[in-house]
Amino acid sequence: MTTTTPEKVAGAAPPATGWRQRLRRADTRLSPYAMVSPFFILFAVFGLFPLVYTAWVSTHDWSLLAGDQGWLGLGNYRELMQDKDFWNAMLNTFGMFVVATIPQLVLAMVLAQMLNSRLRGATWWRMGILLPNVTSVAAVGIIFTMMFSRDFGLFNWILGHLGVDPIAWQDHRWSSWLAISTMVDWRWTGYNALILLAALQSVPTEIYEAARIDGANGWRTFWSITVPMLRPTLIFVSVVATIGGTQLFTEPLLFNPGANSIGGGTTGQFQTAAMYLIQQAFTGQRFGYAATIAWVLFLFIAVFSAVNVLLLRRIRSAE
Amino acid sequence: MTQIQLSAPVPPVAVPVVEAPSPRRRRSLARLAAQSSGATPASKLVYLCLAISVLLSAGPLYYMVVMASRPNSDITSVPPPLTPGDQLGTNISRVFANQDVIFGQAMVNSVLVAGVATISVVVLSALAGFAFAKLRFRGRNALLLIVIGTMMVPVQLGLVPLYMLMGKLGLAGTLPSALLPFLVSGFGVFMMRQYAAQAIPNELIEAARVDGASTFRIFFSVVFPILRPAAAVLGLLTFMERWNDFLWPYLTLDAEHPTVQVALSRLSGGYYTDQALVMAGTLLGTLPLVIVFIVFGRQIIGGIMQGGVKG
Repeated sequence: MTTTTPEKVAGAAPPATGWRQRLRRADTRLSPYAMVSPFFILFAVFGLFPLVYTAWVSTHDWSLLAGDQGWLGLGNYRELMQDKDFWNAMLNTFGMFVVATIPQLVLAMVLAQMLNSRLRGATWWRMGILLPNVTSVAAVGIIFTMMFSRDFGLFNWILGHLGVDPIAWQDHRWSSWLAISTMVDWRWTGYNALILLAALQSVPTEIYEAARIDGANGWRTFWSITVPMLRPTLIFVSVVATIGGTQLFTEPLLFNPGANSIGGGTTGQFQTAAMYLIQQAFTGQRFGYAATIAWVLFLFIAVFSAVNVLLLRRIRSAE
Repeated sequence: MTQIQLSAPVPPVAVPVVEAPSPRRRRSLARLAAQSSGATPASKLVYLCLAISVLLSAGPLYYMVVMASRPNSDITSVPPPLTPGDQLGTNISRVFANQDVIFGQAMVNSVLVAGVATISVVVLSALAGFAFAKLRFRGRNALLLIVIGTMMVPVQLGLVPLYMLMGKLGLAGTLPSALLPFLVSGFGVFMMRQYAAQAIPNELIEAARVDGASTFRIFFSVVFPILRPAAAVLGLLTFMERWNDFLWPYLTLDAEHPTVQVALSRLSGGYYTDQALVMAGTLLGTLPLVIVFIVFGRQIIGGIMQGGVKG
């Protein structure tokens, strides 16, 4: 910018090429910023600002229609800590996270192992197990809710052949958690299997060769080589699952069609934290309180991720 | 911050022949998808287990087709129907004729939102990715770290202020409100940076500079053509993600401007239950991506697996 003053440059270069050179220098110096700035500007406005502003809103009595009704300090947080409905939603969120994630990771690992053998038509098998992930969450919610229908659903019909009486899947905590976890796992197991497969393929085959020569059997090889080599990826997958699980919303919402779908069942037996957030913001019109829920969830994810990074570091240094 | 260190993080790959990188890199991107490097050939048991997995994957989608092609009376029959019927056309035309949900408009809206987001993410990611990979500037490493950091931030949790912001901008309920938060992607920038670092020979940029091309000129006429394979994969992943997006569009869009997913939730959440209608709508909302997936499956799988390796 300062180079535009003529005195400074006049002696440095002959006038004919000086102008071009200045333009060129400005181009090499400023163009990189021009190229990366759209990302940062758009992210700052529509990503970072809302997230940070959430903290500000959470310290206010803020209504959907009337706007800011005054400073509350930590009032919303104190109320939230004693809010039974919030803790119920947290219990559901983490309950379903556990019920969904553990079988999902085990299954994904098994699938990845199978896909890692020499297969005929490898791409077709991979496409086959990734197919659910292409289906939208809304479609998954609608299709499975129908299959879980009490009177005419496919699942109860199959269970009927095994002598099980029709289950009203929405009515109980355990059955609704199971149904919603099934939807999550159907959509994500294949995806995670592919991520784990990519990690499996980056393990040098010489290590397996050496283990085989040393007489290690398949099971031993799996626990002593595969799992340790894959641990960073396993942790990565579980963090991604946590971030997703913390925000579980669409499946339980569509699992409960009707006027009060955001309530997550008659007694909130499958209402998640994200549903409670939206309910407070839009049905209850309490933006400040909803922002408090969002911020608490955010802090939880941040703490979990930090713990995870520490764990990752420890594994790396142990190697 | 020293300028010299800034070029250090990933040593640029020296590519001797200028024409070589394009096809070679294309292969390297599809490599993970194509190769089957396992030491042992798959046993019959593995094939059987995989076949069951694929059946379980496809089963619910097949059931959707069955239900979408049946009259309502069949759907509430016991045992449940397991083969497609002949009412698919009727049900589909009933979806488009439905007065409560403007389904045709919703399909167009979804194409618009997902399409514009895809173009924006691809172009802006390629621009930034190229700058991060091949240009030297002050603060490059710090800025790239911030980009990577944005991938870990659950921005969806900022939706309360985002909703307020859209109101302030006068966009509440409209399509742009569903689109604006998704015009850029940290993952996209990072992916394009990784690809550009290995696919673009420095000599090529030097040569273009000697010819007097400006940095933007170099990007559009030299760099972007080379980045095309990665741009295509990023475009596919972005389009699918945006087409399937639910939470934010559900909150921000009003009844006059739904996307397909929002329209579906309104169809299924209605007070009356017309399951054949709902299933036909779900089929319509799912079919475009299934077709894209069948055509570009190899590239999509390659993209997902590369994205995972980076983590």
